[in-house]
Amino acid sequence: MPTIPHAPPHLSLVQRTKNVLTNGKFAALVLLLPPALILFSLFVILPLLQSGYFAFFNWNGYGEPTDYVGLKNFEQMIGHSVFHSAIWNTIKIVLVSLLVQMPLALFLALLIYKKTPTNALFRLIFFVPYILAEVAAGLIWSFVFDGHYGVTASVGETFGLEPFFILADRDWAFVAVMTVIVWKYFGFHMMIYIAALQGVPRDLIEAARIEGAKPFDIVRYVQIPLIKPAIIVSAFFAIIGALQVFDVIIPLTNGGPSNTSHTIVTYLYTFGLTRLRIGFGSAIGVVLFITAVAVAIFYQRAAMSPGKKP
Amino acid sequence: MKHMLGAVGIAVCSLCTVAAQADTTINILRVETGDPAQKAYLSTIGKDYEASHPGVKVNFEYLANEAYKSKLPTLLQSDAAPDIFYSWGGQTLADQAKAGFLKDISGLLNSDFLDTVPKSAVNAYSVDDKIYGLPIYATEVIFWVNKDLTAKAGVDHTQIKTWDDFLKAVQKIKDAGVTPIVAGGKDKWPLHFYWAYLALRYGGADAINEAMQDDGENFESEPFVNAGRTFQELVKLEPFQSGMMGTSYEQASGMFGDGAAAFHLMGDWDYLPSRARSQSGKGLSDEQLAIMPFPMIDGGEAGADATFGGINGWAVSHNAPDEAADFLQHMISDKYQREAAKAGIFIPIVKGTDDAIDNPFFQQVARDLTQSSYHQIFLDQYLGASVGATVNDISADLAQEVITPEEAAAQIQEAWDFQ
Repeated sequence: MPTIPHAPPHLSLVQRTKNVLTNGKFAALVLLLPPALILFSLFVILPLLQSGYFAFFNWNGYGEPTDYVGLKNFEQMIGHSVFHSAIWNTIKIVLVSLLVQMPLALFLALLIYKKTPTNALFRLIFFVPYILAEVAAGLIWSFVFDGHYGVTASVGETFGLEPFFILADRDWAFVAVMTVIVWKYFGFHMMIYIAALQGVPRDLIEAARIEGAKPFDIVRYVQIPLIKPAIIVSAFFAIIGALQVFDVIIPLTNGGPSNTSHTIVTYLYTFGLTRLRIGFGSAIGVVLFITAVAVAIFYQRAAMSPGKKP
Repeated sequence: MKHMLGAVGIAVCSLCTVAAQADTTINILRVETGDPAQKAYLSTIGKDYEASHPGVKVNFEYLANEAYKSKLPTLLQSDAAPDIFYSWGGQTLADQAKAGFLKDISGLLNSDFLDTVPKSAVNAYSVDDKIYGLPIYATEVIFWVNKDLTAKAGVDHTQIKTWDDFLKAVQKIKDAGVTPIVAGGKDKWPLHFYWAYLALRYGGADAINEAMQDDGENFESEPFVNAGRTFQELVKLEPFQSGMMGTSYEQASGMFGDGAAAFHLMGDWDYLPSRARSQSGKGLSDEQLAIMPFPMIDGGEAGADATFGGINGWAVSHNAPDEAADFLQHMISDKYQREAAKAGIFIPIVKGTDDAIDNPFFQQVARDLTQSSYHQIFLDQYLGASVGATVNDISADLAQEVITPEEAAAQIQEAWDFQ
C-alpha cells in the first residue's frame, strides 16, 4: 500500500504533538508565553508599527491623523540643517566613546583589576558616575560649567582668565556634553573590562613574564587578546548608547545654543514632541529605529559572529 | 440564582446611591505655578463653590509646564480628560477646538457676565464665534528698569520713547561700565519678546493675522524682516550679560534682582519671582524699580500703542458637565478678581476691577492694557506649538547673529506652511 511508507513519520508527528501536549511543555507555553507576548506586542511592536504609519501624516496629536503627506516628513527632515548637526553629533559621540572613553576605561581597568581593598575603593569611585541618574548628572555639570558660580569659573579665575561660558558657546557646548558623557559612562566599560581581566588565567601572565615579556607586552600580547570578546561587547554598548543619548543633554544645554548640540533623540523630542508634530517625530523615530537595527545587524556580522577569527 | 439576584441587587443599589447623591466632579488641570498664594486663592474659590452648590466637587491638579504641554493632547483624547484646563489661547486652542476636544459654552454663559469681560479677551478663547473657554488674567511684557544703574550711567528711562532713544541709552549704559540688559537666552522665549514686539510695532495686529490667513502677505513680508533687522541693531551693541545663551529665565530673573543689569524685558509676573530668586532674597526695592513700555519705532505706526503679553485662562473640554461653565463664571466673578488684584496675585481681566490693585507697577500695567489698541498674545503660543518654537529659535539665532533677518522670516514661513 502506498500509504504505509508514509505512515511512520505521520504517526511520529502525531506522537510528537501528543508528547508536546501532554508532557506539560505546551501547557507551560500557553500559560507563560501570553503575558510577555501581549505586553511586548502592546508596548513595543504596536507603537513601532503605529509610528511607521504616523510618519506619513502631518498630525499634531489631536484626533485621528487625516492629513496624508506621503514622504514629506522624511524630505523635511533630510533637508533640515539641525538634523544634519544631530547626526554629526551622534557620530562624534560614537567616536569619542570608541577613541577616548574605551581606552581610558581599559587603562583604568588594567590599573585596578586586581582584588585588593584599595582597588575596590577606586572601583567604587570610578563607578559612581554611572550609578547617578542621567538628569542629576546633567544638572550637576550645568552648575560646574556655569561661568559665574561654577567650578570651571573659579578655576579660570585663579588663572586670571575671562569668565567663560562653555554651555553658551556654539563651538564648545558639544565638547562639554561629550566630556560629561565620557565621565558618566567610562565606569561602566571599566567594569566590563575588570570582569574580563579577572578571568584571564594567571599562569598565562606568569608564563609570559618568565619568557621575558615586559608589563606593556603582557598587556598588549596576553591580556588584550584574551579580553577581546569583552571589548567587542563594550564597543557595541557604546555605539547603541550613543544613538540613544538624551537625558544628559536636556538639562545641560537643552539642545542649544541655537540647536547646535542635539543628538538624534533630543532632535526627535524637541522637533517632534514638544512642537506637537507627532507625524514628523514618528518619521525621525523610524529613521532612528532603522539605523539602530542596521548597526546591530552589521556589527553582529562584522565583529561578533562566532565563526570569525579574531 | 440567589447569588445572581444578590449581585444584581447590589448593582442596582449602588446605582441608586450614585443617583441620590447626584455627584458631579469638576476636574481642573493647571500648569504648575511657583506662587503658593495663587494655589490657595484657587482652592478657596473651589471650596466656596462646593459650599454653595451641594453635590458638586471641585478638584484642582497641577502639572509642570513642559509635562503639561506634551501630556495634554493624549490626556484630552482619554477618559481621564480634565473638565477645565489651563490655556494660553491662540492657535493651540484653535487646534484643540478643530479636533473636537473642546466644549462650546456660548449658550451656558449669562450675557450679564459676558459684558464684564473685555470682548478682545473673550475672542482669545473663541473660534468662529463659539466660546470654548474664558480668560482669567492678562499679562504685559515691559522693560523692568533698575533706576540705580540707569542713574549711574546718566540715563533717564522716562525719556526713552523711541527705539533710537533706547539704543543710545544702551550704549551710554555700556560706556558707563554697566551691563545694559539681562536675558534668559537659554530658554529662547525671553528673546522672542524682542522680535515679536518689534514685529508688532511694525505690522500691528493686521500683519500677524494676515500672515496666518495664508492669503496676501505672509511671514516673509516687510514687518517681520524689519523686526529682525531692528533687533540686530540692538544685538550689535552687545548689550547682554556675558554667557547670555547659557542663562535660563530663572537665572536672568535672579540676576536682575541682584542688580546685575539696567534692563530686563519680561512680563509683569516677574515682580515677586525676581526678588525671590535674587541672592539676598529681597531683590530690588520698589524705589529702585521702574517699568518702561517697549519703545516706539520710526515707521512703526501700525502697532505704536499695541501691547504684547498674555491672556491666560481656561478651556473647557468636550465631555465636561455644564456645571464647568457655571463654575468658570463663579471663578471669574467681580469678587474674586478684586481679591486677586488686591493680593497682587495677578492683573484681573474683568472690567473695572483693576482699581483694587495696590501695587504701583501693576496699576501701570493695568492702565497700559486698558489704553492698548490691541493686545497681542505671546507669539510662541499664538502661532501654535510648532511655529511658536520656530519663532523662539530664530530669535535666539538673531541674537547670536548666526542668521540674517531674511532667513529668520523665511524659516517662520516654512514652519507655517508645513504644520
